[in-house]
Amino acid sequence: MDIFLQQVINGLTLGSVYAIVALGYTMVYGIIQLINFAHGEVVMLGAMVAFSVIGALAGTTLPPLVIVLAGVLAAIPACMLVGYAMERVAYRPLRGAPRLAPLITAIGISIILQHVAMLVWSRSPLAFPQIIPLVRFYIGGAIITGVQIAIILTSFMMMGALTLLVYRTKLGIAMRATSQNPHVAGLMGIDIDRIISFTFIVGAALAAVAGVMVGTYYGIAHYSMGSLLGMKAFSAAVLGGIGNLAGAMLGGILLGVVEALGAGYIGDLTNNVFGSNYQDVFAFMVLIAVLVFRPSGLLGERVGDRA
Amino acid sequence: MKRRGFSLAIFAAIAALTLTGCGEEKKPEPVAAAAPPPPPAPMVVKIGHVGPLTGGIAHLGKDNENGARLAVEEANATGLKLGGKSVKLELITEDDQADPKVGTTVAQKLVDAKVAGVVGHLNSGVTIPASSIYNQAGIPMVSGSATNPQLTEQGFKNVFRVVGRDDQQGPAIASYLASEVKPKTVAVIDDATAYGEGLANEVEKTLKAAGVKVLPREKGTDKTADFKAILTKLKGKKPDAVFYGGMDATGGPLMKQGRELGIKAVFAFGDGACTDKMQELAGNSAEGLLCSQAGLPVQAANKKFLNAYKAKFNIDPILYAPFTYDAANLLIESMKKADSADPAKYLPELAKISYDGASGKIEFDDKGDRKDAEMTIFTMKGGKIEPIAIIKGGKTIKFEDFIKAAEAATPAEAPKAAAEPMKAEEPVKK
Repeated sequence: MDIFLQQVINGLTLGSVYAIVALGYTMVYGIIQLINFAHGEVVMLGAMVAFSVIGALAGTTLPPLVIVLAGVLAAIPACMLVGYAMERVAYRPLRGAPRLAPLITAIGISIILQHVAMLVWSRSPLAFPQIIPLVRFYIGGAIITGVQIAIILTSFMMMGALTLLVYRTKLGIAMRATSQNPHVAGLMGIDIDRIISFTFIVGAALAAVAGVMVGTYYGIAHYSMGSLLGMKAFSAAVLGGIGNLAGAMLGGILLGVVEALGAGYIGDLTNNVFGSNYQDVFAFMVLIAVLVFRPSGLLGERVGDRA
Repeated sequence: MKRRGFSLAIFAAIAALTLTGCGEEKKPEPVAAAAPPPPPAPMVVKIGHVGPLTGGIAHLGKDNENGARLAVEEANATGLKLGGKSVKLELITEDDQADPKVGTTVAQKLVDAKVAGVVGHLNSGVTIPASSIYNQAGIPMVSGSATNPQLTEQGFKNVFRVVGRDDQQGPAIASYLASEVKPKTVAVIDDATAYGEGLANEVEKTLKAAGVKVLPREKGTDKTADFKAILTKLKGKKPDAVFYGGMDATGGPLMKQGRELGIKAVFAFGDGACTDKMQELAGNSAEGLLCSQAGLPVQAANKKFLNAYKAKFNIDPILYAPFTYDAANLLIESMKKADSADPAKYLPELAKISYDGASGKIEFDDKGDRKDAEMTIFTMKGGKIEPIAIIKGGKTIKFEDFIKAAEAATPAEAPKAAAEPMKAEEPVKK
């Protein structure tokens, strides 16, 4: 039982990171129907910037929490800037173009960002300074570390804040209006360009925090870390129903837990015919199974009703 | 002007290579052609180096490349003469991205560029397919780090390696584990690459032979960052030791997460994760890990090499640099012996070479494997990888004893055979 609980805790931690990255995908898709493939790279940049800041401050006498916070506070504006520039340079000029064109620039931006990061931060895997003391809490035999608690709590807080932003503020109303029909929203006096930029910036800020989380959790940052993480988070967004905020959160957490349980039990369930190397397969099998029965994802409804 | 001179030189080199390849009689011709104007650029002989220069283990690839580059530049600095002409060596480096597909592409690229020999590749999984391309072209290839046994089991006459094989390395770390740690149950994890899986298989075989219970294999990938699910599952089975076949970029996070989950087992690794980087990646969790390296440790490489490397690149060598340095030197040395950079001529010299390199004495057996390769067992102590034992010919020798014996042997140079760990099967002629 404690092993099962431990797997759920592992999955929850991983899943909450997926969830906040998935939010970035789903928000952009909701507004301009673009799959921003460079979003994973923004996560990576967040981790990298935080790495530099934390590395520079690690020698000082500041308490670890302050140092990590400084890393987060540096990563957020940096990623916001990248998110804004990305939209301005690569996507806005192509807004009227066929949908494949921005998709290709998205892939291009992703490659460019990776290689810029490689030039700036080198190709070696970067080790995050291990400044946060390891704190363990025991829940019924399972161990949860301080970092895990912080990740889960922060994720949920951010999801809550985002929900408030979208459903309780004027800006949120404008975002939802733009997502439903940009032309009509424009006629109603909403500055579409500004709203779209804003969406990218918010997504990038979430990605920055996710990057710092992944970096401190695994203690490693690498210029190619964004691609697989982005892929998983994108799948999570699709699983939950792309374009749907609650769907992205649910999809992310579900994918994380399924992955952890899959890796933990697939061997025992199949008498070791399939081992933990099928961990990723397991996660994607669930994704396919869900999509077969609910093509628009778990909570998605709007897909398909737009020409 | 300058460019034309350069391309002329390349043309001359290619012409020389192709001509010498045709037959014995034509050999004097290029000599005559290039000898009259002494001032123009010397004949260029290209040596290829391939390793991953991008991706998760790019730092190791760069380290390999540095080793080869140092050898080539040293040879150029001392001045090399082949067939009466002065020769300038040129190192052509390619990036295989640790990917077998890219590896074969760049291998073909090197063949097309008419390199005289190749140092590399780094990963076993990439080296094996690439080796058949070099074999078809008849180009000698010396890997400084590919340890998968299959590489030299293909029957290729042009393929060599200066490191030990996994079926020597695996048994070494496994027998050390079995005899020193005395575990009841061992969990074996690999990264699903030719290297990781090959090594893990050998470890499992040796452990089972020693009567140790081995849990069903768990697998990550060479990009996995999250091992928590696997480790949590293993924790339930309470292994006394965990062996991971993989590189440091994944091994570090693995060990860190293992300790976070409260797994108290001894963690053991192969050479890919036998670096100081483990301490950076896993922090204090890395303390006490065991790992093996084929050959002698970087610290035990000869001082001359270590100083030259540090002076040239301003960093210390990480892992395989002494081996790629030796690999490049072996190519150069056998070219000197054959007095030719023609692969067909110097290949026989390479096969029977006896050379004192940065990683010790090098001779090849019939398959192209290094004879009597030593294996070293390391542990992480105070944040540094430290050698604790040398395994040679199935025997475990404490590291201090080995160094003492080696030191006792070196000053006199001649009575080497007197040193205990050195076997008496050294060739008579030196």
